[in-house]
Formats: sequence, structure tokens, C-alpha cells
Amino acid sequence: MAEPSKKDEQPVGKVNVSKADGAGARLEDEEVAAIEKPVQRGEPILQVRDLKKHFPLTQGILFKKQIGAVKAVDGVSFDLYQGETLGIVGESGCGKSTVAKLLMNLEQATAGHIFYKGQDITKLSGRALKAVRRNIQMVFQDPYTSLNPRMTVGDIIGEPFDIHPEVAPKGDRRRRVQELLDVVGLNPEYINRYPHQFSGGQRQRIGIARGLALNPEIIICDEPVSALDVSVQAQVVNLMERLQDEFNLSYIFIAHDLSIVRHISDRVGVMYLGQMAEIGTDEEIYDHPTHPYTQALLSAVPVPDPDAREHRERIILTGDVPSPANPPSGCRFRTRCWKAQEKCATEVPVLAVPERFKGTDSPAAHESACHFAEEKDVVHAA
Amino acid sequence: MTTIQKVSAVPSPRDAGEDGGPLLEVRDLHVEFHTRDGVVKAVNGVNYSVNAGETLAVLGESGSGKSVTAQAIMGILDMPPAKIPQGEIRFRGQDMLTMSAEERRKIRGRRISMIFQDALSSLNPVLSVGYQLGEMFRVHQGLSKKEAKTRAVELMDRVKIPAAKARVDDYPHQFSGGMRQRIMIAMALALEPDLIIADEPTTALDVTVQAQVMDLLAELQREYNMGLILITHDLGVVADVADKIAVMYAGRIVEQAPVHDLYKRPAHPYTRGLLDSIPRLDHKGQELFAIKGLPPNLLRIPSGCAFNPRCPKAQDICRTQIPELEPVTERDGSELPGRAAACHFWKETIHG
Repeated sequence: MAEPSKKDEQPVGKVNVSKADGAGARLEDEEVAAIEKPVQRGEPILQVRDLKKHFPLTQGILFKKQIGAVKAVDGVSFDLYQGETLGIVGESGCGKSTVAKLLMNLEQATAGHIFYKGQDITKLSGRALKAVRRNIQMVFQDPYTSLNPRMTVGDIIGEPFDIHPEVAPKGDRRRRVQELLDVVGLNPEYINRYPHQFSGGQRQRIGIARGLALNPEIIICDEPVSALDVSVQAQVVNLMERLQDEFNLSYIFIAHDLSIVRHISDRVGVMYLGQMAEIGTDEEIYDHPTHPYTQALLSAVPVPDPDAREHRERIILTGDVPSPANPPSGCRFRTRCWKAQEKCATEVPVLAVPERFKGTDSPAAHESACHFAEEKDVVHAA
Repeated sequence: MTTIQKVSAVPSPRDAGEDGGPLLEVRDLHVEFHTRDGVVKAVNGVNYSVNAGETLAVLGESGSGKSVTAQAIMGILDMPPAKIPQGEIRFRGQDMLTMSAEERRKIRGRRISMIFQDALSSLNPVLSVGYQLGEMFRVHQGLSKKEAKTRAVELMDRVKIPAAKARVDDYPHQFSGGMRQRIMIAMALALEPDLIIADEPTTALDVTVQAQVMDLLAELQREYNMGLILITHDLGVVADVADKIAVMYAGRIVEQAPVHDLYKRPAHPYTRGLLDSIPRLDHKGQELFAIKGLPPNLLRIPSGCAFNPRCPKAQDICRTQIPELEPVTERDGSELPGRAAACHFWKETIHG
């Protein structure tokens, strides 16, 4: 295992504070202090502003020349409030997993800011960054590949303590790991077993225990239940809800299963091709969607009620998601939208409360990036 | 649309052996895998039937034996390690398990064909899609390369792949996931089979694309009056397209019912548990209902009813005696057509 000091080394050119002088150290102290400060329930804990991530497309072997960029995330803004669950939905390739990686600081953002308790984590380094990393943890999609098959469960869950020894002193770790196993509903005696001895649902619990190890404030869940069987999904979702109450966590819950997202989320953001199409409370999004993409997405979800199949109106989108390397001009959804007009090709719609709903207290008055936003209930349509 | 009419005008070999019986009938099928750790009993006595034009959905979790049953029907199980010690698979009255390999080969692809879950790994990456689609015509109908390619373009048109003519020489990786799945469907449809087995055809796809693919499949099924066996774990998809449902658990069918009845009144605690674990609008903020425990290890299936360790209704009898798949009736004893359940306490489950 690498020494903790090496672990948080920053890429060259990103150091914004010279640690040699005293002023820099003091600044870092202030940053750490800000990060350690608790946030009241309902206050924003994470603020994302105009976040962008472009992956360069290069040509040539020796002299690489950039010929374009895949705009995986292209201007995403949202807030995460303390104690809430923000669901993010969208088709594959819309950039939701890239957002997760950016929030974890696993990828360097091309532009934009991520404020964690007021500190921009894209610019932090050293101790302050390490403190942020402790507080934002992740649960991955595939419980079969996200656990090292050569490490025991105890080593997997205890590994975060090697990097952050202040959380659990050395002699105390085994007990702490057993406690965590108990919290996620596994037998604490399993500490010396290997991942292959567990089923998919149990492995996902191990992944969750690892995420909880450092007492984080935010957990980013990237499709945490989509690899699990139906009967096991419900168990894991229940566990996550219980842990949220118990440890006062904030979740970002990324998934493509819209019914699970609705169940667990307080607010939901819908992404399309690297941008946020619509964001609002779960009721606003599911019962009063105003963006055509959200409406199409919701109407495509099969409803587990055979009586509904004759009466339901379904919006079937034609074609595929355009390439993020060369997105359509104006509104990105216009190539598949049935409402598209000339304005959509020339003017980029901003994510804001639509003009016609402004000032009303109708549930349709939530942020939606469409020139022709109008309410349409597709879930209950008879 | 004109291509569709032209193609369906070609006389199909469908009228041969039409006797009113079911298209496909599986009777008491058993499949085991002999491994170093012991005998894995993947399928333990499955019975179901499909008629022409009908959609049977086989619902179950991973390891319930739903895919193995389908592979046994297609005759694509690796034997060994797999073994079929018992059972019959009757296609138009003929038992396919006693046929010669050559006879089965004639049925496979021409009369029964299959759509696989993962289109990217089911298509050959080094051959163009046109060549792979044309293979059906070259092998089964002896068409020339050129004719086969023309037919391949027609097929691609029929599954609504845009610019089929231009894309016929493209390779699988050049298509998106939804388009690849359409190519799989086109391949299965090529010889206008009587029965299509679709093994999780949309699981790897996004919901918007899933809707497109399921619509296409339903449309083509109506057009050719094909039987369809849809294998899935998605209760939403099943509600949308199925006519009847067979729920599998640990290699057995635990409940069989027409689609509307199953969702309204499940007769087996496992089915009820699955339906209850779907998140519902009116239950938001509450705990989801979860079936406790894990699906059984097929090396050590629990004695008695395989579901008993997870079942809220389990009694002593459930631990010792395997419940048979029995017809389910109304409270007054009147028949419920097409319904059956394998539970000692189905009466309590459906009426209680």
C-alpha cells in the first residue's frame, strides 16, 4: 500500500498554493476547517456549476493532433442538499457516470466548479483535498468487478483506513470492520472470506460497507442495484434508505431504472447528451414533466400492470442518441423531438423555470431546458 | 412497407402438420450439469406449451433455469456437461429429443429460432452483418452470395434499420446497441420461423430503445402469426406484451397464469413477493417489500418446496413435500382457465 502522503499527489500544474510559505499553509488550514464544518439539514452541501468534461479525440501516433472532443459532460449545474437523495437518470452515453467520476475527483474537469461546503474541489490539493475525498465516497455498479478477488472482505473494507488512519487507529480496525459488516446486514464472522464466496447482493453490501468506512457525508451510487436480481434489489434499496437515516447521508443516485429512482429520490435530474434537460422534485418530474425528453423517457417505461397496456399513450422516440463528439446545434434533443422548430436549431435552451409557468405555484414550475415546455402527464395518462 | 407484402406473399412451409395442437410443448423436462462439485439440477420438471401467435413469458431470476430450458429447446446445450435425463420437447407433436442431429438442424433456424441477450457478443465481429444475415439463406436455402445479400438488405429494411443498402457491409461494432438487437431479430426472422425464443432481448438496452425493439417484435409476431417465448426478469416488459406467464424458481415452474390474472391475483408466494417488491407510487417513503434471503444454490436445492426458506407462509409440510403444479380454482371450485400453482397453500395465497 502506498504511503498516505503519496496517495494525494496532484497532477503537475494543478498546485494552486505553494506549500513552502506560511500563508499557503494557513490557507490550507482554513480550507480544511471549512470542510470539517458540519452542514445543516436542507442546506446545500454540494454545488455544481457549469461542469464540463471533454475527452480529446486525437489523430496520429507520434505527433498526436487533437481533431475534436467527446463532450461527455457539457455544462451541468445542480445542487445537492444535506440529507437528501438526488437521482440522476438518462440513457447510456448521456454522461451520468462521468458526472459521478468528476464529483469524486477521479477525472479532472475541463471547466466548471464543484463546491463542497463552499470550497471548489476542482482546485483543492493536499490536506484539503484529502479531507474532501474522505467525505465523498462511491458505490459502484458491478459488484463482481469492483471488489479485488485476492483481498479478503476485511482488507477490502479496511483499506480506506490505510489512507485515512485518523478515522480508525490501527488496533481498532478489525473491530470497526466487523461493525460495518453488521451495519450492512452481513455476518461479522465473514471478515476473512473472499468476494467469490458471496452472492451479488452480498457483494454489493460489501461495496456499501467500504463506502461507509470513513463516515462520509455524501455517497455517490452509480447504478448500485442494476446488476442485481429483482428480489435482491429491494433488499439493497431498503438497506441504503436505512443507512441514510442512520448516518445522515446525502446520496447522488445514478440509475436508469426510473421506478427505483422515483422510490429513493427526493429530487431527480434528467440528463441528455451531457446536459441536464430537466430537474425538480420527484413529483414534479414524474407527474408533471415539461421537457419532451422526460416525457418520452417516462412513457417508454413498461408499467407492471397488464390492464394499462391498451390505454397507455406511448411516445416512441425514433433513432439513436447523437454522437457526443458532434452534438446537434441549439437544443441537443431536437433531432428526436416531435416539437422541434427552427428556433430549436439555432438557440440553446437554458435550464430555467419556463416563462409560462413562472410565478405560478403549479408543480410544472420547475427547471426545464426546452423552448416549448408544456406539461404532459404521461405516467397516468388514460 | 412494400417489401413486407412482397415477402409474406412467398408461400411458407407453415401449413405442414397443422393439427390444432400446440406449436411447442415441453413435458417434464429435466436438465442437469455434471460438474466437479457435483450435479447441478438446473431444470427439474418443466411443463409448458405455446400456440401459434401466442406470447409466453418465462419469468424468473438468474439461476431459475429459464435460459437453460430455452437452450434445451433449441438444442444448443453443451452436452456434456449438460444432460437431459428425462422429458420431452414436442414441436408440432414430434419429440425433438429423439430426433437425429440432422433432423434437428433442419428445424433450428428454419422453424424455431432464437434471439440472444447480448447482441455484441452474439454477432461475429469479423464478418459484415450482411454476410451473417445472408448465411441463413445460403445454408438453409442454397441461395447464391448475391441473392443472399439482396435478401439481407430486405431483412434489414424490414426491421427498420435506416439506409439498409448502405449499411449491409458494415461490421457489428459500427452499429448502436438497439440497431444490433434489430440485426439479431432480423437474423431470427430470416426464414420466417414458426416460433421465436427471445432470451432477455432488451435487458442490455435503454428504456427508449427497449420500447422500439419490443414494438417491432410484437408487430412482426402479429404479421407472421408466430409463437414467441419471451424470457425475462422484467415484470414491466411482461405486463406489456405477454399473453400468458410461467414463473420459474429453482428449475421448476411455480406458477402459470394468463397475464391479467397473474398481476391481479398471484397464487404463489414467490410471485406475490416479486410483484410486491416493485416500487409503487403510493408506497413512497416506506420500505420496499423485499423477499428475504437469497435464491438457492442449485447444487443444494432445499428439500420440499425450494422456496420454503424464503417463504413467509412456510409450514412443516413445505420442508418435506414437493408441491405439484396443480390447477388453481375459484373459492367455489369453479375452474380458472390456464392457471396453475405449485404451492401447498395456494388457496390461502390467492383467496386469503
